[in-house]
Amino acid sequence: MSATPLLELRGIDKSFGPVQVLRDVALTVHPGEVTALVGDNGAGKSTLVKCISGIHPTDAGEFLFNGEPVHIGSPRDAAALGIEVVYQDLALCDNLDIVQNMFLGRERRSGIVLDEPTMEQLAAETLAGLSIRTVTSLRQHVSSLSGGQRQTVAIAKAVLWNSKLVILDEPTAALGVAQTAQVLELVRRLADNGLAVVLISHNMNDVFAVSDRIAALYLGQMVAQVKTTDITHAQVVELITAGRSGGLGLATDPSSNGDGAQPADSTSGGLR
Amino acid sequence: MTATAVRKDGPAAVTPPPTIGGHARSYWSRVRGGDVGALPAVLGLIVLCTVFAIMRPSSFLSAGNFANLFTQGAAVTLIAMGLVFVLLLGEIDLSAGFASGVCAAVLANVVTVLGYPWWVAVLAAVATGVLIGTSLGLLVAKIGIPSFVVTLAGFLAFQGIVLLLVKEGTNISVRDDVLVAIANRNLAPILGWSLAALAVVGYAAVQLLRYRNRVARGLITDPIAVVALRIGGLAVILGAAVYVLNLERSRNVLIVSLKGVPIVVPVIAVLLIIWTFVLQRTSYGRHIYAVGGNREAARRAGIEVDRIRISVFVICSSMAAIGGIVAASRANSVDPNTGGSNVLLYAVGAAVIGGTSLFGGKGRVLDAVLGGAVVAVIENGMGLMGYSAGIKYVVTGVVLLLAASVDALSRRRAAATGTR
Repeated sequence: MSATPLLELRGIDKSFGPVQVLRDVALTVHPGEVTALVGDNGAGKSTLVKCISGIHPTDAGEFLFNGEPVHIGSPRDAAALGIEVVYQDLALCDNLDIVQNMFLGRERRSGIVLDEPTMEQLAAETLAGLSIRTVTSLRQHVSSLSGGQRQTVAIAKAVLWNSKLVILDEPTAALGVAQTAQVLELVRRLADNGLAVVLISHNMNDVFAVSDRIAALYLGQMVAQVKTTDITHAQVVELITAGRSGGLGLATDPSSNGDGAQPADSTSGGLR
Repeated sequence: MTATAVRKDGPAAVTPPPTIGGHARSYWSRVRGGDVGALPAVLGLIVLCTVFAIMRPSSFLSAGNFANLFTQGAAVTLIAMGLVFVLLLGEIDLSAGFASGVCAAVLANVVTVLGYPWWVAVLAAVATGVLIGTSLGLLVAKIGIPSFVVTLAGFLAFQGIVLLLVKEGTNISVRDDVLVAIANRNLAPILGWSLAALAVVGYAAVQLLRYRNRVARGLITDPIAVVALRIGGLAVILGAAVYVLNLERSRNVLIVSLKGVPIVVPVIAVLLIIWTFVLQRTSYGRHIYAVGGNREAARRAGIEVDRIRISVFVICSSMAAIGGIVAASRANSVDPNTGGSNVLLYAVGAAVIGGTSLFGGKGRVLDAVLGGAVVAVIENGMGLMGYSAGIKYVVTGVVLLLAASVDALSRRRAAATGTR
């Protein structure tokens, strides 16, 4: 384990009206590591990510960034800290080219005029730094790219901003085998470059292929956060579907036991 | 790691050096892929001009008629230039025609009834346009009414306001010299030549500076021959147009001499340059394309989507105001039908015929000018052929449908070939 986690969440609660979506969630994310966030549909993965990226305000709990308590009230706050999210539905504009998409909303200017050459150079350097060689021209419209190439551009866009934490929401969900391998390799490279990466995925193969740590959400509770090497495929599946697996996760009978305290325990304890 | 073609590392080495052939091939493959741009408008213009030139060689091809084309099409073209912004977001402004009527009525009231100088009237008209655009934009962006409904309501209401402003059916004449000059006077021939030269030199400077800058940084450029061809093309077109417009076109030179570039031409040209600059070279323009292409992506990129949506309606109505001023100038008066009847549909038609997509995200201000030229040529040529207004409407309607079909089909083709 590295010294200070880049991002640490403690006791995050979040409700939408009467529905409590996140319950006392804790999460630590370390630089240079890929943390896989797993959980079934409706477990609260997307909500947690939206809380981290400032889209949803949290009801309770604290954020520590580099050990310092911070407040993330808007996407701008998150971006200022160096948190970038690559969404499932990509959030690229089809009618713009790669450079325009990468700098969207944060265009370089000289005076009031867009500084296209500088943006093109920076984009090219970023893509080269990630060893992305699959795009032929930086000036081709995103509409002409394949799914994998789009995902690559979306990830490169997130990296462009000297980000420290990149959150990827199901980056391989819509991709074929070869493209998935490409994107996973890129994810691994991000972590190797020293970034903290949070990877949301349903695909156990992907999770075990690239992640250093696995954090499992079950019905809004963080039931375990363990090293990938210390856990098996089957255990993760059990955590996702039942919320416990052997000594991991919720207590054996969550209905009789106060289920609020138990998951927090196992989160901080976990397996070492 | 990659399966696809791998070239050397480094930003500059990604693509082979450009050649003219390569440039032409990539353009052709874009066209085949459904990105037809302004090609239909240019081809249509050539076909229409050829047909009318053969049918009515003496009248259609005269210098006087050529100058007429500009003054006839000016108001519609100006309104269409504003509409391009709204269309880029995939919205529509059906009220632009009567908005121009309202602004023209304000102009006439201020200058003729109240007796203020011309520039006060122009400012009042444009301010009216800004006010109209702001209200439409707020209703669309903040309340969330579809722009179709908001501007349809505006279409009716503004028609009523024009009636009220011109006192139920009378008309207000516009006699101010400066205002009348806009659509009825010409530049001195020497001034026409100087402006054309200035435009060509300015364009060449911008193109060559960009070329040099990109080469110096090792970025991909269009081949220098293509750049030169563009500059040469502009010089030839402008030169020919100014030459023809500078010919004497008065029936009787002894009574009055009539030659020179109509004043509306530089007015349109300046607005074309300004708005093209805004769309292509500023982040505001980039954000308009982004919102038109994928509103959610734009929002996530931190773009203030509502502000962009309101602003395009402001631009559209302000351009409608300028169109209204030109229309009032051309007619020397404002009546209840100023900006009415076919003006709006001609303007939408002009933008779409020029290649602006009704689906948003694709279009240029130049499209409005090219499309406006097509509309003006149809109107003018059919008039010379002696067809009735009924036939003209039908033909223009069919051309608009054709343009919209080209837009929809090219979009489908682009989706099929994966270029959109």
